[in-house]
Amino acid sequence: MSRFTFGGDEHIFVEVDEAMSLEAFFTSLSMTNAVRAAGIDGVTEICPANASFQIKFDPDRIHPHALMDRLRLLEEEAGNAEAKLDTRIIEVPVFYQDPWTHETLMRFRERHQDPEGTDLEFAARINGYETVEAFIEAHAGAPWFVSMVGFVSGLPFLYQMVDRSRQIQVPKYLRPRTDTPKQTVGYGGSFSCIYSVRGAGGYQMFGITPMTIYDPRQEVPYLKDFMVFFRPGDIVKWRPIGRTEYDRIIEDMQAGRFEPRMRYVVFSLDDFNADLDGTNARLMEALYAD
Amino acid sequence: MPIEVISAGIMTTIQDLGRPGFYHLGIPMGGAMDRFALRTANLLVGNDEGAAGLESAFLGPELEFTEDATVAVCGAELPPRIDGEQMPTWTALGVRKGQVVSFDFLESGARAYIAVSGGIDTPPALGSRSTYPIGALGGVDGRAVQPGDSLPLGAASGTARPGKSVPDALRRLPGSSAELRVLPGLYWHRITEGAQQGFFDDTWMVANEADRMGYRFKGGRQLEFVPREQPYSAGSNPSNITDACYPYGSIQVPNGTEPIVLHRDAVSGGGYFMLGTVVSADMDLIGQLQPNTPTRFARVAMDVALAARRDRSAMLDRIRETTA
Repeated sequence: MSRFTFGGDEHIFVEVDEAMSLEAFFTSLSMTNAVRAAGIDGVTEICPANASFQIKFDPDRIHPHALMDRLRLLEEEAGNAEAKLDTRIIEVPVFYQDPWTHETLMRFRERHQDPEGTDLEFAARINGYETVEAFIEAHAGAPWFVSMVGFVSGLPFLYQMVDRSRQIQVPKYLRPRTDTPKQTVGYGGSFSCIYSVRGAGGYQMFGITPMTIYDPRQEVPYLKDFMVFFRPGDIVKWRPIGRTEYDRIIEDMQAGRFEPRMRYVVFSLDDFNADLDGTNARLMEALYAD
Repeated sequence: MPIEVISAGIMTTIQDLGRPGFYHLGIPMGGAMDRFALRTANLLVGNDEGAAGLESAFLGPELEFTEDATVAVCGAELPPRIDGEQMPTWTALGVRKGQVVSFDFLESGARAYIAVSGGIDTPPALGSRSTYPIGALGGVDGRAVQPGDSLPLGAASGTARPGKSVPDALRRLPGSSAELRVLPGLYWHRITEGAQQGFFDDTWMVANEADRMGYRFKGGRQLEFVPREQPYSAGSNPSNITDACYPYGSIQVPNGTEPIVLHRDAVSGGGYFMLGTVVSADMDLIGQLQPNTPTRFARVAMDVALAARRDRSAMLDRIRETTA
């Protein structure tokens, strides 16, 4: 059972589970979908998160307790829904060990657990990988679920689609940095992220993507409809690239030629739980079929 | 016709009542920190309550008018001058073409709202002119106002009557200390009963890190956590949770040390536990607190929060009547 609590007189916060899991994420996502479909008067914002969600409402239009009762009823209905998702799978090119995040991580070394190494060396070692290359292979090997979009402008949090024993876990910086390059691919706890804008951050820095994911001016062709690229439920496949390809994609981005590789897929949590590697392989087939 | 910005103070941004609807993507509603003050200033100059004005923190700008207009300054006590002549706050002031509006030093409060007849007419982003610098949205090219900017004005309604003012009883001014009403909840159960009591007993001081994103408080006792084995993915510090959404007004206490109340430009989520939320009726007040203001948090229940909200709304109705 989820835990329902008020965030003041304008929010209801629902914790599906204290711990992260794909099950908790799916429950949260299906409950927020149910709330949206219910079209409750007075509900103003519906925000899904990793293993919880939040509803903002106008208490002048609906009494907080009345809304709480409605949400509890919706939980029962959502519980019966099949954990299936029509979604997108997207390839995101990543330049691991790039010069820009390297320069930044060296500047903030005294805030790190391992001042002598790099973020990737630290992450590889504590996760039991012999080399940084083997660690990158694990990070880029299996696909990831966008389990939350937020913190700041369109920043996706991603959760790795492997069983828990194979998941990468890395603590955040001891003290947050005051700077992170835009489009840094980061890692904290059991989540990867892409910093959508330059700014403060506490996640370990693994690399950088040349792909624009937030464009307030909406000049990038694939962000013409909306300035934020990611949505909760998207599936992401990282593709390691080197400097030459990075530079070429940046050039394409600037010329308005770049289009992310993206396909529409149906994801079933039951199928995934029954056969993780098989499901992931089929997702890769869908992404690279043509 | 524009207003020419001669100087911009410390942090002057264009704000209206914000852009709700995108918090699920990490774009906060933004808008005036003290909405009551912005609404009042707009009413005095004959604007819609939600028209865009300037929010100036601590130090006022210097503005040259290239057309006749009506101006009102509400919120913090930041007395305006027109061509050097001192003018009252909370009052509709006639400004003629070519005149310069400047400000004296701040006497109380933290943020003044400057409304101009017609409203500031910069291009809206996602339905609002509010400046959100982190996401480069709204304002002037997504940033705060700078010297040299020309701020376009919309068409004035023509209903402004210079000299009209808000009676003292209806002006909301912050005192030398503050009380913020809090509805406990969210992850309230994560701290011990002693810590729960201590949080409300202690007097906290507004820290220097106090901006549109959030207000930090210091000086109270360290919060003790109920021991637990941290859930998977929550992080090792007892103040960590699996990253979740943050309500506006929610109070997070990283490491149990210094509470942070999130405000209009809140980060939409993260991995710190929250012990409760400041009631909606007291959010405006936070925007008027200066660093080092002694602050108490007062525990209230939902019925009190809703009654406080009705009181605020009734007060705004009286402002509407007196400015009509």
